[in-house]
Amino acid sequence: MASTDTPPKLYKAQEPIFPKRVTGTFRNLKWAIMIVTLGIYYVTPWIRWDRGPNLPDQAVLVDMANRRFFFFWIEIWPHEFYFVAGLLIMAGLGLFLFTSALGRVWCGYTCPQTVWTDLFYTVERWIEGDRNARLRLWKADWGFRKWRLRITKWIVWLLIAVATGGAWVFYFADAPTLLRDLLTGQAAFVAYGTVAFLTATTFLFGGFAREQICIYACPWPRIQAAMMDEHSITVAYRDWRGEPRGKGKNRRVVAEKAIADSRLAGSLVTGQEPGSTTTASPDIQVLGDCIDCNACVNVCPMGIDIRDGQQMECITCALCIDACDEIMDRTGRERGLIDYLALTDEAHEREGNKKVPILRHILRPRTLIYTALWSAIGIGLVVALFVRSEIDLTVAPVRNPQFVTLSDGAIRNTYDIRIRNMTAEDTVFRIGLTSEEVLRVDLEGSQDLMVEVPADETFLQRVYVIARPDDPAASAERTDLRFWVEEFGTTERAYQSQTFFGQVPQ
Amino acid sequence: MTDPKNNLQEGDPETTGHEWDGIQEFNNPLPRWWLWCLYATIVWGVAYTIAYPAWPMISGATPGVLGYSTRAEVVEDIARYDALNTDLRTQLTDVELAAVTQQEMPDLYNYAIQSGRSTFATWCSQCHGRGAAGVQAAGYPNLLDDDWLWGGTLEDIQMTIAHGIRNEEDPDARWSEMTAFDEILTDEEVSQVVNYVLDVSAQEADATLVAAGEEVYLNNCAACHGDNAMGDRFLGAPNLTDRIWLYGGTPEAIEETVRYSRFGVMPPWSGRLSDAEVRATAIYVHSLGGGE
Repeated sequence: MASTDTPPKLYKAQEPIFPKRVTGTFRNLKWAIMIVTLGIYYVTPWIRWDRGPNLPDQAVLVDMANRRFFFFWIEIWPHEFYFVAGLLIMAGLGLFLFTSALGRVWCGYTCPQTVWTDLFYTVERWIEGDRNARLRLWKADWGFRKWRLRITKWIVWLLIAVATGGAWVFYFADAPTLLRDLLTGQAAFVAYGTVAFLTATTFLFGGFAREQICIYACPWPRIQAAMMDEHSITVAYRDWRGEPRGKGKNRRVVAEKAIADSRLAGSLVTGQEPGSTTTASPDIQVLGDCIDCNACVNVCPMGIDIRDGQQMECITCALCIDACDEIMDRTGRERGLIDYLALTDEAHEREGNKKVPILRHILRPRTLIYTALWSAIGIGLVVALFVRSEIDLTVAPVRNPQFVTLSDGAIRNTYDIRIRNMTAEDTVFRIGLTSEEVLRVDLEGSQDLMVEVPADETFLQRVYVIARPDDPAASAERTDLRFWVEEFGTTERAYQSQTFFGQVPQ
Repeated sequence: MTDPKNNLQEGDPETTGHEWDGIQEFNNPLPRWWLWCLYATIVWGVAYTIAYPAWPMISGATPGVLGYSTRAEVVEDIARYDALNTDLRTQLTDVELAAVTQQEMPDLYNYAIQSGRSTFATWCSQCHGRGAAGVQAAGYPNLLDDDWLWGGTLEDIQMTIAHGIRNEEDPDARWSEMTAFDEILTDEEVSQVVNYVLDVSAQEADATLVAAGEEVYLNNCAACHGDNAMGDRFLGAPNLTDRIWLYGGTPEAIEETVRYSRFGVMPPWSGRLSDAEVRATAIYVHSLGGGE
């Protein structure tokens, strides 16, 4: 407990963290994920995709000006935004699934803050050396060498940051053209602004704020905590195996005492229950596997000690597992003193049972239901993608006034029909009604019932529906009708239901 | 996983003093960078209120040292768009109205429709209504139907907008005046002619009065409305045989018209609106469904 003599501090300076280099399974996994995710991010806008004339030949493009989203062979129009909504729901369910199964696996491996901070740490280690060298440099006075190393590091960070901010804007415009415009000073202000903003945030967040973002700025740790249960896999310390911990010197003392007591010889190596006292000498306590080497603390990018138990700060990046496993190999003990565990494993393993396989934790009703929901939405979206029509219409009735009486007593309703031609060619469309035998259709500014809509555009056409004075629709309050639009020469039609208002006799 | 009794250790911060089921909450200090961000936002806020209009006073807000004004920006924007549209406006004044179609000149047509729509909403909708349906039976014509007193071609509509109807300040205004027959015809003759008009417009009429009404009509009304009662656009005399009535088609409304006449007035717009605006409005009105 803090001493009560000094008043509690209200503000806390950032504690510098100098993570040590680590090798191992999870470190390799993180390298692989970093290469793949950064590769996707930087390369994607440069993939070309031939869509024919008048359409952008960029594989992934968010075309704000024309309100289109291009993703390889898929083209999303504004009225099809439910695809994006579906993907967002899938992303949400995916987060539920992964968090309930594997804890904060998103934080540890794929979160951009983690990936770029990791990259910035790598640069820092490459320029300033590993943990001890960096610590010495931190404490050193500001001289030529310190300035040189710091400035070199900041320049490399800045280059990465510019590339990061620069890559983002290429998703919103033709990449080669935009790059040329950016370099020649002809690009739009918003492009420069975006690059500058993302450069600044990458530089500050990845280089300086680092774990502060995860702890203080990011809401995910709090939200994710609510998505986990006692079966979720997290990074944890097997304290029932490691405690009481002891450094080499104590360990030797204990070992010597044990060897002096012949009955105890060898028990340290064979693994007597940690923490138990021997019957021969009650003052001799058997130490656990943790040799208190602090390897797990030194490699942690969040600056925590995992042996204190589950903590909000832990992003489950598992570098402490790699560090500890290496020590366990060297001391000849079994790996997994720090490991991916579920909360239920503690009681289970304390009773002396064997480890529960990870897969048993992952495959349980909750995760299976999430998977099922996630797949159902995914399949639904794919089906919707393949059955969607290439022509589409919306009909907006003009209701001011509801109807117009013509000189021969006929009743006319007006509708604004918007036809979307999602094909790559100028197309002639025919407009009609399913109840033609009663009602007549007229188009504003067109003699026949045809309209030509340019490729990949929408077209607004005013349409009149006329009921002759003796038609039932002319004197009925409401008559249902159905508009259709078909590509001339084909039989594919798109429909839209509407209502016709007549003049009810007084 | 740690010993609950050993929860608080040396160097731990104070607790808030709250306890739930044995769980205490650390009173952790805020990070210092957060404090500096707070100071930075305060400085930003003060600087902002000095630079931009901010504090409400009795007659307006403090102007701010940068002299920024949304009103001035709007004026600038309007001037900028006006300059951008100069070409379209010139073209609209020169081109033959009938040539401005969606197929042939889509840009000019679109400009004319948008410009006409806003002009109509500003100057015409007070009488003719937002949807241009007029006010039935009150003498504000419906511009959507297929019946026109003075003609519904683009040129006719442009002429009407530019010079108006029956106003004295514009010599080119369309003009006609119906005689009030209250003192010319007897009550019986009025009743006869009303029934004749009801009959030719396919409404229920007193058959005994129709024949006499036809004679009254031919003597007094046919000069303007025509022998077959189909009206005359040159004089703006309405067609009496169709189903559209500017002032209502009931026997009472027709009798009121016969006795006291009607005198619908529309102001001329050529002085107030530019040539391009008048032409754009004509194109817009023509596109609403009644255009001939």
